[in-house]
Amino acid sequence: MSNIPAELRYASTHEWARLEEDGTVTVGITDHAQDALGDVVFVELPELEIDVQAGTEAGVVESVKAASDIYSPVSGTVIAVNDALEESPETVNEDPYGSGWFFRLRPSDKAELDELLDAEGYAEVAENDAH
Amino acid sequence: MTERTPLHAEHVADGAKMVDFHGWDMPLHYGSQVEEHHAVRRGAGMFDVSHMTVVDVTGEGATAWLRWLLANDVGKLKAAPGRALYTAMLDSEGGILDDLIVYRRDGGWRLVVNSATRQDDLAWLETQRRKGVTVTERPELAMIAVQGPAALERSAAWLGSAAEAVAGLKPFGFVEDGDRFIARTGYTGEDGFEVILPGDGAAAAWQALRDADIAAAGLGARDTLRLEAGLNLYGQDMDRSVTPLESNLAWSVAFKPPERDFIGRAALERQREEGVPRVLVGLKLQARGVLRRGQRVLYDGQPVGELTSGAFSPTLGVGIGLARIDAGIETQELEVDIRGKSLPVARLKPPFVKRGEAA
Repeated sequence: MSNIPAELRYASTHEWARLEEDGTVTVGITDHAQDALGDVVFVELPELEIDVQAGTEAGVVESVKAASDIYSPVSGTVIAVNDALEESPETVNEDPYGSGWFFRLRPSDKAELDELLDAEGYAEVAENDAH
Repeated sequence: MTERTPLHAEHVADGAKMVDFHGWDMPLHYGSQVEEHHAVRRGAGMFDVSHMTVVDVTGEGATAWLRWLLANDVGKLKAAPGRALYTAMLDSEGGILDDLIVYRRDGGWRLVVNSATRQDDLAWLETQRRKGVTVTERPELAMIAVQGPAALERSAAWLGSAAEAVAGLKPFGFVEDGDRFIARTGYTGEDGFEVILPGDGAAAAWQALRDADIAAAGLGARDTLRLEAGLNLYGQDMDRSVTPLESNLAWSVAFKPPERDFIGRAALERQREEGVPRVLVGLKLQARGVLRRGQRVLYDGQPVGELTSGAFSPTLGVGIGLARIDAGIETQELEVDIRGKSLPVARLKPPFVKRGEAA
């Protein structure tokens, strides 16, 4: 069973979103996603200061198995990216909810977070995905 | 119904991620494909390759028949048993039906062919078979590949009385020790051996080797290791639509002696005279990213070929691949289209990695 923290919000495309105290949103991929991908070998992150829309492509994660698009779970402006993944992409496998984060947004509409799945809802997606 | 090797329970007990590989339920990895890759390059790893098809060929006509059937010349092995060679098996147009290793045993021959092509291969052998030749599939046998710079040292106790003989073998040499058939062959570019043994003894062998600090490695690592070593994968880098001359395998075709005819010979001679239309080359990505099968190769913005295999090389830390490109392209500087971006690649002659280091 994969790890699905209760305090995060999830997209059905296997990204997680965390609302930080300063009002920004951190984005990464779920434990289930990293496990399904296998060893991550390359991550392409969005450019700083670009605007992304919820559900649109904001990067690529490549594993030993395949390349997969990363979709931004919410709309906003990219204010930080995790450059450390360039040198150590395996961090995504080792710590998907911590140091394996992808990028941080200044959300344009925080209400979008409420439209995402909660842990229970995502557990169902992950479960169906496994079959 | 997927087939299972005699080691299936070992893989499941080891927590392997199992996948369907051409009808066989096989281990993709046991946790980390990259770590398994490094284990083979730096120490020793082992692969269950029992899904591969073992076929024994015997009878008074066997040698003459194999010299007709195979593009390489088994006549090179006539001095004594205990030697093997790599060869392609061709159709009359020179198209590659399969690649295989043929071993000269005492009183007969053994072929190890791909599992994905098993049915077609067996049907081909049957249609080509001559009087005085017996072809026997050996599905009761298992096969384990033990590979890596420390493979022999760590296997010494399990090899027991055969250890010295195995250590003394040259590449493509083999010994038969009771019911163990042990060959200095492999698919990783590392030192090591492959052992063919009765299926009912395979689990005990696997456990003994694992206890000797030899890491279980899956099909995922097997693929990146073979690609770094510049070894073709049948069904990807070659198939019936191409000849060995278009597949970087001209070295495995024996045109000498000229009086030996073999299936596909006339077609290959014609192609050699006219020139091959396409060649198989190695590509190394000169930017961050991963090469993948199916990506287009560009020269001057124009497509000139396609990746047949691609991966991220764990040893080199860059994207590598094999590509079939137009033979007229002389330049070493090409580009590959990765998701709409043209990224620079260097063309080189495989292998990419030799003895654990950049070749």
